Amino acid sequence: MSGNIWVVAALCRGRLLDATYEAVALGRELAENLGTKLEVLLLGHELKDVLGTLGIADAVLCVEHAALADPVPEVHAHVVARLAGTRHPQAILVPQTNVTWELGSLVAGELGVPYVNSCTELRMVEQTLEAHTVLYGGKVEAIVRTKHAPSIFGLVSGVRAVEKGYADHAPATERITEVDVQPTSVQLRRYLEPEAGDIDISKEEVLVGVGRGIETRDNLEVSKELADVLGGAICGSRPVIDQGWLPLSRQVGKSGATVKPKLYIAAGISGAPEHVEGMKGSGLIIAINSDPQAPIFQVAHYGIVAKLLDVLPALTEAIRSRSRRGMKQYA
Amino acid sequence: MKIVVLLKMVPDVVEELEIAPDGKSLDTTYLRMILNDSDNHALEEALLLKERHGGKVCLLAPDAPEVDDALFAALAKGADRAVKIAGIDAAEGTRAVVARIVQALSTADLLPADLILTGAQAIDDLDGLVAPLLAQTLRWSHLSVVNQVRFDASTGVTTVTKEFPGGLRAEFEIKLPAVLGIQSAEKPPRYVPVAKVRAAMKSLQIDSTTVPIAAGMPALEIQSMAKPSAAGHAEMLEGLPEAVAGKLCDVLAAHGLL
Ligand SMILES: Cc1cc2nc3c(=O)[nH]c(=O)nc-3n(C[C@H](O)[C@H](O)[C@H](O)COP(=O)(O)OP(=O)(O)OC[C@H]3O[C@@H](n4cnc5c(N)ncnc54)[C@H](O)[C@@H]3O)c2cc1C
Ligand SMILES: Nc1ncnc2c1ncn2[C@@H]1O[C@H](COP(=O)(O)O)[C@@H](O)[C@H]1O
Repeated sequence: MSGNIWVVAALCRGRLLDATYEAVALGRELAENLGTKLEVLLLGHELKDVLGTLGIADAVLCVEHAALADPVPEVHAHVVARLAGTRHPQAILVPQTNVTWELGSLVAGELGVPYVNSCTELRMVEQTLEAHTVLYGGKVEAIVRTKHAPSIFGLVSGVRAVEKGYADHAPATERITEVDVQPTSVQLRRYLEPEAGDIDISKEEVLVGVGRGIETRDNLEVSKELADVLGGAICGSRPVIDQGWLPLSRQVGKSGATVKPKLYIAAGISGAPEHVEGMKGSGLIIAINSDPQAPIFQVAHYGIVAKLLDVLPALTEAIRSRSRRGMKQYA
Repeated sequence: MKIVVLLKMVPDVVEELEIAPDGKSLDTTYLRMILNDSDNHALEEALLLKERHGGKVCLLAPDAPEVDDALFAALAKGADRAVKIAGIDAAEGTRAVVARIVQALSTADLLPADLILTGAQAIDDLDGLVAPLLAQTLRWSHLSVVNQVRFDASTGVTTVTKEFPGGLRAEFEIKLPAVLGIQSAEKPPRYVPVAKVRAAMKSLQIDSTTVPIAAGMPALEIQSMAKPSAAGHAEMLEGLPEAVAGKLCDVLAAHGLL
């Protein structure tokens, strides 16, 4: 096998998303491993501002065209597929952000080549690319191999540290302005800004996160009480927001906020990759879940297998009585 | 508006999952199957569109254990027709599965349609190719991670809202027909009382269609499957709630959080 490694950059409104650097870091390792080059594919319009941090790659292929200004997946995918058809990369890595969600699969569909999504690891083994992928909300990991060149890999958030793919200089840049733009029946109309919440959860030092395990809206009260005694706020995983029990501004994860509080208590949250990407940087993570196999226990520092309605009130009470004792000491 | 919703049964991940002796698949002995979560949202979005604009909602699902329960529940919620595809085997690979779905759409008379709604992702997939391949095969447009579909009857314009990172959303205008991957419906999926599902079981029927195997399309090969190795694992605290709460307080105090 020969051919370069490609990373397709994920851009949101002209800004590179962190997942791009993570993919670059993994792509760099793979390129070394294979003795080949790492190229970043940057698609858009008026892109010069974002090149300065991609120096970990050997080169950037900067594909600029007015038709690529908006993130219309089928238009971008067609351009990537056409370029791949003439330049024959060995593997195409696509960070799986919401913006690039459809991209890898549409390119694979158009080229008739394999696509592996949710990859956490990628390397060459016995002349074959081997990918680790997560299934079942993070509860199972599978290893798949593909000999096909190119194969396309969707990367879960966090495959590598952002810093490993980030440079303070630009790599060699090749500008490609002649592209085969496909007519599309999809048009971006406007962006809908995130609604400002009553609080900004990314600024809180203590967060009590609740998931589907909370079961009812009324049960939120126990998590509120715990957040109150800790001087923090509550937030939630997607099902809790989808149920309308908490506003969208309190969602943590891929489609919501990224938070890094000093303390994150995850109660009744399974720890699916899309949630974990939003809270894994927290200082201290404590997980309470009735399922001993829940993937959240792989990212938490401390874990408790129990029903959250048993543990949360007990914890609230224990903190209250400690602070009462503490006050007596000083009295 | 004619809408087809693709439904798929997947293992309930709240239950314990075990790897089969072949080391490459799940042990199905005790698996509880449920409707894939985002498919339930796709169904809800379809029902909302039908309520607003009239039309029909048809369900298409591969035959699978417990799929009848899911299909009758969906019919009880307001779907008009349910079709099972016999003999689909996921091990054939996604391209073969999509080829079969395309054939089933025509043998079961589900086309033409305005929309095919799928879940944004099935939790058991390796490649997430179903919706995009389907769109490419039919030459329809495709968007995923969608959480709202709006049709303006006066202008005939359809707009779709897609989730972006950090709570940002993007609104696209899309010409129909289209295949959309639904992440969340505009409202939580409706609840349907068991009595209504029972009534649907008595009075309604599920159609079945058989389609030939689409040969010659290799699947991704799974080498092995495992529960994630505990690279990092939490220190587990055990005991009755009060005891655990006490230990947690010590941890919080040690981190300067109390
Ligand atoms: C493109 C995309 C974007 C996404 N974006 C996000 C996002 O921004 N944020 C997000 O959170 N998710 C997101 N998701 C969804 C994500 O994949 C998961 O489905 C979601 O995080 C699951 O939420 P959960 O853990 O609350 O629910 P589940 O996975 O259903 O887990 C519930 C947990 O509660 C436990 N439990 C049940 N009862 C109790 C009890 N009494 N006491 C204690 N524990 C109990 C169960 O054991 C289980 O582990 C996204 C998915 C996709 C495909
Ligand atoms: N075998 C199948 N039959 C019918 N629908 C399916 C099948 N596989 C996937 N789907 C639909 O396509 C969506 C995305 O699946 P996937 O591409 O496997 O992530 C699912 O949520 C279902 O709505």
